[in-house]
Amino acid sequence: MSTNRRKMVEATEIVKIYGSFKALDRVSFDVFDGEKVVIIGPSGSGKSTLLRSINRLEVIDRGRILVDGIDINAAKTDITKIREEVGMVFQSFNLFPHKTVLENLTLAQIVVRKRSRQDAEERAMALLERVGLAEKAKAYPGKLSGGQQQRVAIARSLAMDPKMLLFDEPTSALDPEMIGEVLDVMKSVAREGMTMAVVTHEMGFAREVADRVIFMDAGRIVEEGTPEHFFTAPTHDRAKLFLSQIL
Amino acid sequence: MTNEAKKQIIDVGDGAAIPRKSDLGLFTAWRIAFFGAIGVLGYLAYTKPDPYLNILKFVPDGILVTFQVTLGAIGLAIVLGLITGLGRISKNRFFNGVASLYVEIIRGIPLLVQIFYIYYALGRVVKVPAVLSAIIAMAVCYGAYMGEVVRAGIESIAKGQNEAALSLGMNGRQTMLHVILPQAVKVILPPVGNEFIALLKDSSLVSIIAVADLLRRGREFASESFTYFETYTVIALVYLIITLFFSKIIGVLEERVSVNK
Repeated sequence: MSTNRRKMVEATEIVKIYGSFKALDRVSFDVFDGEKVVIIGPSGSGKSTLLRSINRLEVIDRGRILVDGIDINAAKTDITKIREEVGMVFQSFNLFPHKTVLENLTLAQIVVRKRSRQDAEERAMALLERVGLAEKAKAYPGKLSGGQQQRVAIARSLAMDPKMLLFDEPTSALDPEMIGEVLDVMKSVAREGMTMAVVTHEMGFAREVADRVIFMDAGRIVEEGTPEHFFTAPTHDRAKLFLSQIL
Repeated sequence: MTNEAKKQIIDVGDGAAIPRKSDLGLFTAWRIAFFGAIGVLGYLAYTKPDPYLNILKFVPDGILVTFQVTLGAIGLAIVLGLITGLGRISKNRFFNGVASLYVEIIRGIPLLVQIFYIYYALGRVVKVPAVLSAIIAMAVCYGAYMGEVVRAGIESIAKGQNEAALSLGMNGRQTMLHVILPQAVKVILPPVGNEFIALLKDSSLVSIIAVADLLRRGREFASESFTYFETYTVIALVYLIITLFFSKIIGVLEERVSVNK
């Protein structure tokens, strides 16, 4: 990772507190343009909070987060402009159940990106083709399997042509036989050079796709490095323990 | 899965018993009551045209006024309810405060008192027809209840829907308009239907301020002919037939909405 590359995310000493619980305890980390960062750690370690603070679904209490050079928590920042560029894929898919698959992909393109319906639909169909669900364009999300819904959700994020994608445990709600199809789509997105931050328990995916693995525990980053380093020679005891339990 | 629309029925319960197919007892009772009421009314009018047929001929004007008040008030109440509901969930403290105050005050005053009050209060400023005054009074009252229905409907939509819309770059207004409200409408529809029926029944209260609705027409007839028992028998049956008719329609609408998607 050369340091002269542009930083998509630059988080400095961020703190998030729920009541008396420190979800994030002075965390600093960067994501470079085109980089794939996988964030792992036990539940409650703050990894989802970290991810969600990047598009300000969680508002941090202290510290600073720059996304593409813009301080997202500054008073003058229009957060919707940031969110247009930073897509998010959720554990529970969150497709809009009252809209068809196609409409799920076109809504924000039309409303936010101000594209014409025709342009939006063309873009949407191309993406549905890519995730292998073109024939489901007119279906409602409720008629799709979990894996299919998540692939649609990824396509929905891509339809905005974001600079970066955040994945918050995208396969955790899926039946085991559907995990593969979603990971395949994520890998293909990664191959095309998308900047990605992924919270996941899929160690195979981390090994294969990640440029860098971040291990979190108790609201802090305790270990950080390449997948080779992390999976073969972790230095921190907590990381070793976690790996021995999960692998 | 959290993105499956939460099934939630807000049963306000002051309207009418909606005959749902799942509730076989009510479903049967509806048939007996509805067709029974029509049968009894027809039998009475046929066998004793004086006074029953005469009463039936006298009250249709009143039925029209009752519908006029009910439809006018429900339309206005839905608008007020939407504004109030959005106010109640608003982060804007002023908007929220005004909406909450409205709900709190209106729910604390009996409807009958509100009808009198608005009639005479309005009368001091502008001269409005009694019917309009009645519609406003009913709408102001029901708007407060409707506001709570709208608020509950919006809050029943899963949080993930809001987050998904926001993460796509939509602002609060776009999210509400395109994602939350269309889903909330389905949840809100049954209780709104319920409120409609409740309002229809409560509209009989406006007979107190010189509005010639169904009840008032009945009273006029009765006091001239001294056939109080007979007249109120007819009035009660007519109200029953009307409310049962609408509760059936609402039941059918509910099923349509729940089958759809």
